[in-house]
Amino acid sequence: MTLPMLSGEPRVITAGTEVLGEALDAQAVPRVTVDWRPPLPGTAGDLARVLADPRRAAANARAVDRLTSARPQLAAVRPAHEVLDLPPGAFLHAGPPITWERASGPMRGALIGAMLLEGLAGDEEEAAARLAAGAVRLEPCHRHRTVGPMAGVVSRSMWMFEVRDAEHGGTAYCSLNEGLGKVLRYGAYGPEVIGRLRWMGEVLGPVLRAALELTGPLDLRALIAQALQMGDELHNRNRAATSLLVRELAPAMVEAAPRHAAEVLRFAGGNDHFFLNPGMAACKVSADAARDVPGSTLVVAMARNGTDFGVQVSGLGDRWFTGPAGVPDGLYLGAYGPADANPDIGDSTITETAGLGGFAMAAAPAIVRFVGGDVSDAVAATRSMYEITLAEHPAYQIPGLGFRGTPVGVDVTLVARTGLLPTVNTGIAGRVAGTGQVGAGLVSPPASAFTAALAALAEAVPAG
Amino acid sequence: MVQVRTGTYHDSVSLMRVSQALSGLPGVEAAMVAMATELNRGIAAELGFALPACGPADLLVALRADDGTAAARAAAELDRLLSGLAVRTAGRDAAGHPPRTVRAALREAAGTAGNGGTTANGGTAAGAAGEGDATLVLVSVPGPHAFAEALDAVEAGLPVMIFSDNVPVEQEVLLKRRAEETGALVMGPDCGTAVIGGAGLGFANVLRPGPVGIVAASGTGAQQVACLLDLAGVGVGHILGVGGRDLSAEVGGLSTLRALEAFDADPATELIVLISKPPAPEVARAVREAVEKLATPVVTAFLGPGEDDLTAAAESALRALGAEPPAWPSWPAVSPGEEPSGGEGGPGTGAAAPGEAPEAGIGSSRAAAGRRTLRGIYSGGTLCAEARLVAGTGEFTDYGDDGYTRGRAHPMIDPALRLEALAAVPSGDVVLLDVVLGHGADPDPAARLAPAVAAAVARGVSVVAALVGSEGDPQGLAAQAQALRAAGADVFASNARAARHAARLAGAR
Repeated sequence: MTLPMLSGEPRVITAGTEVLGEALDAQAVPRVTVDWRPPLPGTAGDLARVLADPRRAAANARAVDRLTSARPQLAAVRPAHEVLDLPPGAFLHAGPPITWERASGPMRGALIGAMLLEGLAGDEEEAAARLAAGAVRLEPCHRHRTVGPMAGVVSRSMWMFEVRDAEHGGTAYCSLNEGLGKVLRYGAYGPEVIGRLRWMGEVLGPVLRAALELTGPLDLRALIAQALQMGDELHNRNRAATSLLVRELAPAMVEAAPRHAAEVLRFAGGNDHFFLNPGMAACKVSADAARDVPGSTLVVAMARNGTDFGVQVSGLGDRWFTGPAGVPDGLYLGAYGPADANPDIGDSTITETAGLGGFAMAAAPAIVRFVGGDVSDAVAATRSMYEITLAEHPAYQIPGLGFRGTPVGVDVTLVARTGLLPTVNTGIAGRVAGTGQVGAGLVSPPASAFTAALAALAEAVPAG
Repeated sequence: MVQVRTGTYHDSVSLMRVSQALSGLPGVEAAMVAMATELNRGIAAELGFALPACGPADLLVALRADDGTAAARAAAELDRLLSGLAVRTAGRDAAGHPPRTVRAALREAAGTAGNGGTTANGGTAAGAAGEGDATLVLVSVPGPHAFAEALDAVEAGLPVMIFSDNVPVEQEVLLKRRAEETGALVMGPDCGTAVIGGAGLGFANVLRPGPVGIVAASGTGAQQVACLLDLAGVGVGHILGVGGRDLSAEVGGLSTLRALEAFDADPATELIVLISKPPAPEVARAVREAVEKLATPVVTAFLGPGEDDLTAAAESALRALGAEPPAWPSWPAVSPGEEPSGGEGGPGTGAAAPGEAPEAGIGSSRAAAGRRTLRGIYSGGTLCAEARLVAGTGEFTDYGDDGYTRGRAHPMIDPALRLEALAAVPSGDVVLLDVVLGHGADPDPAARLAPAVAAAVARGVSVVAALVGSEGDPQGLAAQAQALRAAGADVFASNARAARHAARLAGAR
């Protein structure tokens, strides 16, 4: 064996006692200092066990390669009952599993709205009573290859974006975006909410379907890459991506549905978050490609139901590891304030899971004020995420960082080692059912979700 | 005053320096600045401080002063020292984003090296290391956390020196096995000394470059041999430490075997010196077989009963290179009132032929009749073991042992415990101690040791010092020797000869 360090000038990385580093400085030996700190309290034993797992390095390489090599394509728009296991009386919701009893205001509001939309209740009281009585089956979207923003409630008559992974063959779904203001995903269920949902089922969904049949599948990987270079981070800013999507679909809409094209284009073009949903499905299909690699410590889902924040890990199947959802810190609309805010909610953290959103904040200087701080904070947020991720995305790049790939693939062990939690951008829902959106900001996930996942990974390490 | 500061972390050695500085302020009765680990909380409680709830991630400040003025002055000094530490850490990286793990440091370096366009905002951490990737990782975080940082290096195929102690042996074995797969070399854990391409890591002497490669399971053992070779004019290219447990049955000499191979493949290395405590028998066999297959000659020093001492090993190495061993330097004590003779008192002071006991003249006037207790007060573990073997008598304490270093700096940095021990030696006894120079060690060990030596000599204690250093060491070998001899100690460059001399003074031989 040869050791390159025996010939040539030494260049040293130092971690630990600063006195030893100073001794190198005194000898003019070039070095990089690691700003080491102790890991999250109580994780030392689990960390040692998980890091020692001989499967880990290869498993993580494979898992994150699958995540970053996925080629999501927008393939179709279809009603939920055609593609999901969603019989009458079954709803999907955002985040880890939740019951009516533990559900927060906006989650309850959205569930009530879905009852009304599906004709399962005549009014709000009846809907709440039936939900409280357990008449409806509630399951996480994630269990059904689906993601939903905010409350994320999906019922059988809603229409879904269908995104396929041309690389690994997976499929994922997300509902259509209703726009801002009083909308179901923020827990509103008034007549205008239900009316809009009906129009989306009768007009928007079919027109999008017809247009996509003409265009064929749209390459969302390329579209997201372009949007990042146009100032989106794809969670709280989707303006560029929405414009690109509308540009792609507009001619086909006019050809396929001349009678409705104008109103559909007006609706989609008037909603800066229209792309959030197909973008989330693109992230979901990418993250799902990385699931179920034994020994991998890669996070494949981060999601909130308004009560709990949960994570899923590649090497641990469908198990959820949860902690209490925090209240976002951000800017509020109008007269709303922190007292009106609901704890963190929604599956949209799938964007951070796939290396977008808060992880790509440095790409979106336009919204740094919205999520607090200035451009240097955005750069710092993205930079710190390189510490806890396994890779840099080969296609999703940040111009302001010299076209460096976005940090992608959260590693549970790195979260525990550094104590750095994923940076999450998010909208803020009103606490009271039916209020709608009250603001937007940044939120920190609970460390306990990650330490619980680490403990489970430690238990899953094969003996010997 | 008891304070808990959250969100601040500093390493224990830096904080011990802060504590030491505060304790020395006038009017300060007790001062402790430390991360609030269980151990440190216990120490603070023993000092009589009532602690609020806090954990290992919190910085604990406990201060007791005579009056408000002293307390305020100490608090101001504390803030000044702590902000100095913070600046030092942040100053490494102009962008203010130093990497938080070895893995991140490697990634930053690789990212810059591989992408020339990243300079505007990216890859600033690598700026400090200049062009190109790191060649070596030095880990000295607390032992229970060293595995993760070391594994980052091993998985990247980079050599790693683990200075940390208290690393579980199964983690050591795992790191060393993994290193075999990735082409890395694991030096340590508990590896205090390495020299790579002239750069000293940990406790290391300034050595002239040369043809000798040292593989060492013992830091101070390697320092002794390297310094003697250096004094004889023979240079040492590299010292690869392997950690004190490497040649145990559990570890099986994994790093020793790799280091031997690496030296054999290195065209600049003409002679290998292998230094260790006696290995486990089956490991000794494996090492012997490996040595026989090497093209490069190997001088082995397994310190044990019936084996060569370190000085003899250095002499063997010299002969193997065709050089005649010189008379090893010694510096006899200067009696009180007497002018130091011979000025610099450098090499050659002991004029007699090696092995002839040239120290017979030194201190013989004090070699009074009757037995005296020989007390070894050591900072280097291997030096202590060697001295005990050579002297064959006496009470030896290694203050560098884990039992003495929990919650305080190594005695090569913080002499407090050894000074206490020296002050407690009864009149008439003989003290044998080591003074180790080089990078990482006390910048001027004689400054605090010499007055204590003088006080001991004044009350009738004989003091013998083994001064392990090279002429290039920053402390100045000659200056340290002069200070110690002026205080009344007989000083030797060879620990073995110091031990023989001390034993003679004690009347043991």
